[in-house]
Amino acid sequence: MARINLILLLVLTACSLGLVTSQHQARKLFAELEREQERAKQFDVEWGQLQLEQSTWAMHARVEKIARERLRMSVPDARRTQVVVPGASAAEDRGGRR
Amino acid sequence: MNYAASPMLVLRLPLWRSRLLLVLIAGGFIVLAGRAVYLQGWNNDFLQQKGESRYSRVLEISANRGRITDRHGEALAISTPVKSVWAIPEEVQFSSQQRAKLAALLELPPQEIDKRLNEATSFVYIKRQIPPEVAERVSELHIPGLFQNREYRRYYPGGEVMSHVLGFTGADDAGQEGIELAFQATLAGKSGSRRVIRDRMGQIVEDMESIREAQNGRDLSLALDAKLQNLAFSQLKLAVEINKAKAGAIVVLDARTGEVLALANLPTYNPNNRSRLSGAQLRNRVITDTFEPGSTLKPFTVALAIERGKVAPETMIATAPGSMSIGKATIHDAHTFGDMSVAQVIQRSSNVGAARIALSLPAEAMWGMFDQVGFGSLPRLGFPGEVSGKLRAHKTWRPIEQATMAYGHGISVSLLQLARAYTIFAREGELMPLSLLRVDAPLAGKQVISPDTARKLRAMLESAVELGGTAPKARVMGYRVAGKTGTAHKEENGAYAAHKYVSSFVGLAPVSDPRLVIAVMLDEPSAGQYYGGAVAAPVFSAVMGGALRMLGVPPDAPLKPLDLPPDGSEIREDV
Repeated sequence: MARINLILLLVLTACSLGLVTSQHQARKLFAELEREQERAKQFDVEWGQLQLEQSTWAMHARVEKIARERLRMSVPDARRTQVVVPGASAAEDRGGRR
Repeated sequence: MNYAASPMLVLRLPLWRSRLLLVLIAGGFIVLAGRAVYLQGWNNDFLQQKGESRYSRVLEISANRGRITDRHGEALAISTPVKSVWAIPEEVQFSSQQRAKLAALLELPPQEIDKRLNEATSFVYIKRQIPPEVAERVSELHIPGLFQNREYRRYYPGGEVMSHVLGFTGADDAGQEGIELAFQATLAGKSGSRRVIRDRMGQIVEDMESIREAQNGRDLSLALDAKLQNLAFSQLKLAVEINKAKAGAIVVLDARTGEVLALANLPTYNPNNRSRLSGAQLRNRVITDTFEPGSTLKPFTVALAIERGKVAPETMIATAPGSMSIGKATIHDAHTFGDMSVAQVIQRSSNVGAARIALSLPAEAMWGMFDQVGFGSLPRLGFPGEVSGKLRAHKTWRPIEQATMAYGHGISVSLLQLARAYTIFAREGELMPLSLLRVDAPLAGKQVISPDTARKLRAMLESAVELGGTAPKARVMGYRVAGKTGTAHKEENGAYAAHKYVSSFVGLAPVSDPRLVIAVMLDEPSAGQYYGGAVAAPVFSAVMGGALRMLGVPPDAPLKPLDLPPDGSEIREDV
């Protein structure tokens, strides 16, 4: 009888220690999850800021200004363009687009 | 040792004393056990709550406001977190050196900080909405009594180009104008909260419950095309400068879907920096202002007359001697042509001709036409401050009023209503519902006139931009365009002002398969020219040409250089 009790006591102790460790593990993992979620949020914010930056740099007014002034580009005159109609032979095409 | 032999035990005490002691101790234990059962079994809420409050915390989960993008997904408005610096003035202690550093970081004069601190004793904002990097350096100063909290600030990369459509948000990130206000419910996020367990390091170790889910605002995809918007804005700006106009407005509609592709107003403002704003800058003239449209209304009267079989495009109308009296009033034409066909009435914009056609129609039918194309009723865009314009009940019309309404006087409309009404000519007689948001499946329009009448009107409107019409400057190389000019005296204090005009042009292209409807309006052009054909038509031409090229619409006219008449020689309409 006493031996069974002793064995049960040992099993109980082992179980309790197991519970404590797994609880600790769970908390550690959860803290890690929290950190990663926080990081994800941070990245989301950064993404928004980068999008903002991209749109600011790519604003059409700015692109056009640089193209015109620094690169000396201009929209081609309709007379200098040729329209390519899909399926028709190029020689027949007259007219312009782009 | 033999205890039994102890002399102490020889002493015989009365038995009741030990019994009493036993009962008292047992009673005490029962009371304790009862109390324990009571606290842990029946009435355990209080203690549990107290216990939880020692280790659990309620955390706020912030939610983002939705982004606004154009039809191709380009970002037009984004919220990003910023910090606000606030203080409890009673607790603030800093050296003058720290104060100077703080002032430099916040870009405020040091006296301003002192002033703020003296305003209140318990809570005062030092500066709101500063970038996170600056906030970090402020917190490195370690000034007691100075705190920061997280806020959102909305940025508009498009600046003044888009400001009237988008509107803006206030300091608490709630919409105050434009789309931001109109779609506040969609864009706004709902912040949530949850209860967690924190360890002594402040780390969250367990999630207990979610009190409220955080809901991010939904993103909005507008019908607007950023590239086209920029084109429309820059051309309008140019025209307002050249013509020294007080204000200007332009709207570009997709005739196939009813989407608003571009909408710009001048004067404008920069939504990112709104320190000095006037009402004139804020006004979205396209949607919230009405004006007397002038001759741009003639096509509707003519369409009605053709629809009812009163006239055909070839029917001759007598306009000689260039004026016409109705009651006490007289209507004038700028040029006298004698007899002209109905098509020429549109082409040369004859007031007398339009009035004669109008007077052959019942007032009720004319009112019905105006009502059906949306004049006098809200365009239902859901935009704040939409106006319905003024269309009086037909029973109150006098003959002179019916005649003047034929050429757009005595009725007021917004530029948006006018552009929308022209969709009936662009779409075989169908009036399209408009949308500020991207439309994936176009809604059905409402048939107002027959496709045949719409085609006839389109041909007449095309002749108006040819040489001999009122607006040869509206033509676009490579595309057939159709449109109508309008020039009207401005109404001031109930009378028409002598030298103040509103010049407008509404048109569509390409005529063979209309894709776009553009309406342009310039308020008080004062550089000499004021006819719609000279002031507004060139804007239309530039925007239409650029837009069709951007959209890749195949040309439907030979690519010949346009021969423009010398300045001032075009046919002028009457005002």
